[in-house]
Amino acid sequence: MPKLIEVCRHVRSKNAGPFWITIDLFFKGKPEFLSWAEARELQCNAIAGMFGVEAAAVKRFAVPQLHVLKISFPRKIPQGGAFERDMHAGQQYVRLLDIELTSD
Amino acid sequence: MLLCNNGIYLVYQLTTSSIPDILPHMNSSNTTNVLVPLGALGAGVKAEDVSAGLAAGAHAIACDAGSTDSGPAYLATGRCKYSRAAIKSDLAILMRAQHESKVPLLIGSCGTSGNDDALDWTRDIVLEIAAEQGFHPRIALLYSEQQPAAIRLAAEQGRVAPLAPLTEVDPAVFEQCDRIVALMGPEPYIAALQAGADIVLGGRTTDTAVLAAMPLMHGKPASAAWHAGKIAECGGLCSVMPREGGVMMRVGDGFFEIEPLRATNRCTPYTVSAHMLYENSDPFLLHEPGGVLDVSQARYEALNERCVRVTGSHFEPGPYTMKLEGAASGAYQTIMLIGIQDPKVLKELPRFLEQMHQKLVARVRDTLSAPGLAFDISLRPYGWNAVSGVPTTTIPSEIGLLFIATAPTQELATQIAKTCNPLFFHMPLNQEAELPTYAFPFSPAETERGAVYEFKLNHRVTVQDPLELVRTVFIHSKEPIHA
Repeated sequence: MPKLIEVCRHVRSKNAGPFWITIDLFFKGKPEFLSWAEARELQCNAIAGMFGVEAAAVKRFAVPQLHVLKISFPRKIPQGGAFERDMHAGQQYVRLLDIELTSD
Repeated sequence: MLLCNNGIYLVYQLTTSSIPDILPHMNSSNTTNVLVPLGALGAGVKAEDVSAGLAAGAHAIACDAGSTDSGPAYLATGRCKYSRAAIKSDLAILMRAQHESKVPLLIGSCGTSGNDDALDWTRDIVLEIAAEQGFHPRIALLYSEQQPAAIRLAAEQGRVAPLAPLTEVDPAVFEQCDRIVALMGPEPYIAALQAGADIVLGGRTTDTAVLAAMPLMHGKPASAAWHAGKIAECGGLCSVMPREGGVMMRVGDGFFEIEPLRATNRCTPYTVSAHMLYENSDPFLLHEPGGVLDVSQARYEALNERCVRVTGSHFEPGPYTMKLEGAASGAYQTIMLIGIQDPKVLKELPRFLEQMHQKLVARVRDTLSAPGLAFDISLRPYGWNAVSGVPTTTIPSEIGLLFIATAPTQELATQIAKTCNPLFFHMPLNQEAELPTYAFPFSPAETERGAVYEFKLNHRVTVQDPLELVRTVFIHSKEPIHA
């Protein structure tokens, strides 16, 4: 089973306003997008577990024309308070890179 | 410092009813062309890119100067993220272009937060440049900072709604904010342009609205105007080479086109459509003050190798709402930093950090005997897991260990840091070991970081009129300005 980093050409994360984080997965091409965008590890409950948020709050958007899967979820605490570690959430994607994807 | 003196400026307030009913700027072609020189004022405008855009027939120069991106401190304090020199350098280029071309210049979210202080700070730089260069522009200032008590009242009247992930409105939260701004739409810009402004300096505005204002004023469809504004909001970020200058957006009836200002750069259907992903939690829907932009059916086609035409956007009008942003100061922090290369410590980092944290907290509790003292000590091992906070089994070759004391006052935060000083700098892995000394770069060892700020609001307020919460002030230099 491939790692995410092996089927994507680019992965990024960013704040979407002070209360949301959004992650964009740019798959290498159509075959990779079709094979892996629906992987179990990229479903809402898996992402929720990884980032410690509720699964019901996680949103997923497939953008087939771009071979992109976008995943957005609320921050546990709003951006920029006393316990902030990543102001722009710009490094939050890194923990996804090595997860192994499985297709059902 | 405000350079205007009595008798030099004509200052008056604009209200909805007092906007002069004059014709919009004439449009010489069937598109309205907006020159977007860059994504954020202060990042470095290139004069040649602006000249190229003017030569290509721009009807407005528009860009954004603010964001919540860099955190709540800028809104709470009114300070700008970028240096005064950087803002002045960009403004000087844009004001010269405006002066020579007579094309209006629109700048949204001035001074990072777009609160009243940030707008006044930007205004003073503009007046300074005008005085130095001998320009006499008619300047409109659009203020959108709100009084917390007024927003609390609006909430009590049921006019304020929470935005996800918030689910309810606590009326008390508004008066906990130091500063609140309401995000303007394009209407105040249009009103200022129709009143004859050469330069419009806006407080907090949606990124798209400042770019969509001129096309909307010319009667172009809301769908194309808003979508073009969203694509162009970050300047060249929708192009192949994001750092190579800005873009021109041309809004027509039922379509818009987007093209880089610099001849060597290109926009492609891919780079343009992919920009809808950027900093949006939803790539298809964008909520704006007067409705929702829906780009799910949009088509992106290459007109040539560097220009993209977009059709099929949709704008669904809705109740006029303005998003609210609010920030407050909370606790204070004092920080210290050490570097650790000791391989024995690095091999057992989880144990080392846990016992260090316990000893530091205990030492503070034993020493600073203030009853009920609320404080926090956070240890962030950079080079190991400081960014994620998630446990890992990797063994680094070196870490920077950041100590953060958070307390209700700056004095207490610093007393906590100084109390921890000997333990933090000389904590052995095992108690029987000789006292180590970790590498610390600074003397004094502690640095006061000041207040910690927080975003408090994620709400929208419904208004009857787009100008209801906006105060417009016109400054008109009637005579040469002498600083």
